[in-house]
Amino acid sequence: MFGDYTLGQLGSIFVMQGFAGLILFSVFLLMALGLAIIFGQMGVINMAHGEFMILGAYMTYLTSKLFEAWAPGLLAGYFFFAMILAFLASAALGALVEWALISRLYKRPLDTMLATWGLSLMLQQVYRSVFGAREVGVDLPPWMLGSWQATDSIEIPINGMFVMALTLLITIGVAILMYKSRWGQQVRAVVQNRVMAGAVGINTERVDRATFALGCGIAGVAGSAFTMVGSTGPTAGQLYIVDSFLVVVFGGAQSLIGTIASAFTISQSRSTLEFFTSGSMAQVATLIGVVIILMIRPQGLFATKVRR
Amino acid sequence: MKDINDARENPFFRRQELIGLLIFAALILVVFPAFLDTFRLNLVGKYLTYAFVTVGLVICWGYGGILSLGQGIFFGLGGYCMAMFLKLEASSVANTKIQSTPGIPDFMDWNQLTALPWFWKPFHSLPASVIAVIVVPTAFAFVIGAAMFKRRVGGVYFAIITQAVALILSILIVGQQGYTGGINGITDLRTLLGWDIRTDHAKFILYFVNCLLLLGAILLTQYVTKSKLGRILVAMREKEDRVRFSGYSVADFKIFAFCFAAALSAVGGAMFTLQVGFMSPSFVGITPSIEMVIYTAVGGRMSILGSVYGALIVNFAKTTLSESFPELWLFGLGALFIAVVLVIPDGLAGMLSHYIAPYLGKLKPASDAVNGKSPLNQTPAE
Repeated sequence: MFGDYTLGQLGSIFVMQGFAGLILFSVFLLMALGLAIIFGQMGVINMAHGEFMILGAYMTYLTSKLFEAWAPGLLAGYFFFAMILAFLASAALGALVEWALISRLYKRPLDTMLATWGLSLMLQQVYRSVFGAREVGVDLPPWMLGSWQATDSIEIPINGMFVMALTLLITIGVAILMYKSRWGQQVRAVVQNRVMAGAVGINTERVDRATFALGCGIAGVAGSAFTMVGSTGPTAGQLYIVDSFLVVVFGGAQSLIGTIASAFTISQSRSTLEFFTSGSMAQVATLIGVVIILMIRPQGLFATKVRR
Repeated sequence: MKDINDARENPFFRRQELIGLLIFAALILVVFPAFLDTFRLNLVGKYLTYAFVTVGLVICWGYGGILSLGQGIFFGLGGYCMAMFLKLEASSVANTKIQSTPGIPDFMDWNQLTALPWFWKPFHSLPASVIAVIVVPTAFAFVIGAAMFKRRVGGVYFAIITQAVALILSILIVGQQGYTGGINGITDLRTLLGWDIRTDHAKFILYFVNCLLLLGAILLTQYVTKSKLGRILVAMREKEDRVRFSGYSVADFKIFAFCFAAALSAVGGAMFTLQVGFMSPSFVGITPSIEMVIYTAVGGRMSILGSVYGALIVNFAKTTLSESFPELWLFGLGALFIAVVLVIPDGLAGMLSHYIAPYLGKLKPASDAVNGKSPLNQTPAE
């Protein structure tokens, strides 16, 4: 299969497929970051995570429509408002869900999966009733259209670069928050030893709620970024949910580096394979690879020892 | 403790369990056939094929504490094994002479296949196919179970892996259209050894075959729960380490529970294919798998009969509601997931044994006697 291409062409193909993989990596990472925070911190699997992401995407869509109607002059910058709105909306819904649902189920992680799956079905129906069953897309501001011509045969789309920059910023932000801030210290203390953390005066319930809200908020931002590279439908969240679970588990829960590394591995192998075979077979091959590796090494790539 | 001692002294069936089973048998063997037309009866038969999955989940999830979100894998594999046999019989050379390659299934011909793939060949024979219905899914479950449980992977990790496998299998089936029939599945099934399964009469007979198999599955499962094995499963769910330190191989028991559930699901899948007349990847993926878990949860994860009623009730509600209010259904299903988990973690059977059984005097609740705990702390331990 390599014979039909010259060496230069092959190089360009790899660069461009690699870049397509990087966009997938950004989406995976943004989704997995929120999941990893929630799963690592509370051992909770949030099956509705994809729907929180879609909430962010719809918020972005709404903002773009509002700006189009009321402030067309500011259209170039609407995305930043949209992102903040997406974060706030998802985080608020996340806090509500944690209070109403998750906090009652901490001792029953398997039941949490079922309950959050139910939540995801309900949210999907809400989206379908409110926004319609058809996929919607946002109009990109003009500066995000087009692409950067790196060489004759390599073209890099600008919206992709923007999404990647955004992912980088958010990842750094999360890392600082988790490893440098006082709040992050509290979160890590609760992860390492919940009882002792409570004994030294950390309000573990509040930390849990804030963590869950933060995780959901990041999912909202992920959804916002997602609108830059694809269109949004009521069930789009489910397309990514299993992949992002695998990203989190593969990386080793509780490990930020692991999540980044595994998101990179999974997205790159998938997009590279995609060029040589069909998209669905690339996904299958990647998933099978991940599942087999997880069977051999269940703790994931980077495991931290945790006292439960 | 008293309850646990009671359970040990108890024979295979306690009185109210026997009454419950007889009522159920009368319901499906006499009442339904007498009052429902063939279409509705066939529908009930379809629901009862899901009951095979829920009964398996009672052992695997209720007793063993292993939540599998991939039971659709085994339901689908069993169904596909049956469908492959029926499809080959329907694609005889005489029936398919307009194709460019007669004698192979129509979808293969559409996808430019010119010969039958090797893994289809055994399905020319009915005995081989029936064996495959049981063996293929069980062997697959064994591989997954052995790989995971031997390394002490359990809980949510196991659930995620089973879910991923369900996703992989459904994408694979959809993607490999030439070999599997793709998204449409294997359709246009006609005869079983020359006997037309599409007639009303055949559907009537198949309904009874299905019911008898289900009753057999219920009895078998009842036997497992009453045996020492069932008690070890419960012990393992509650305090895995203590069971391990007592010298039992926890992994082997888990593998057994998982394979048992897989084998039952596969029988359900095969009966589904026979009664409904097709099999498609929409019964393999994540959504059907997790829906089957909710049937069990609604009926009662610790109650065999309860889980069967759960499958019947939820599916009946689904058919009724999604016919008239399709939008309401998904919302209702979501709410059902949440409500069952939050309000009645032991399902309808648990509710029955807690709120109604005390008024029945001597008739003690069935699900309670097995582990002697209140529903709130009956959930599987991590």
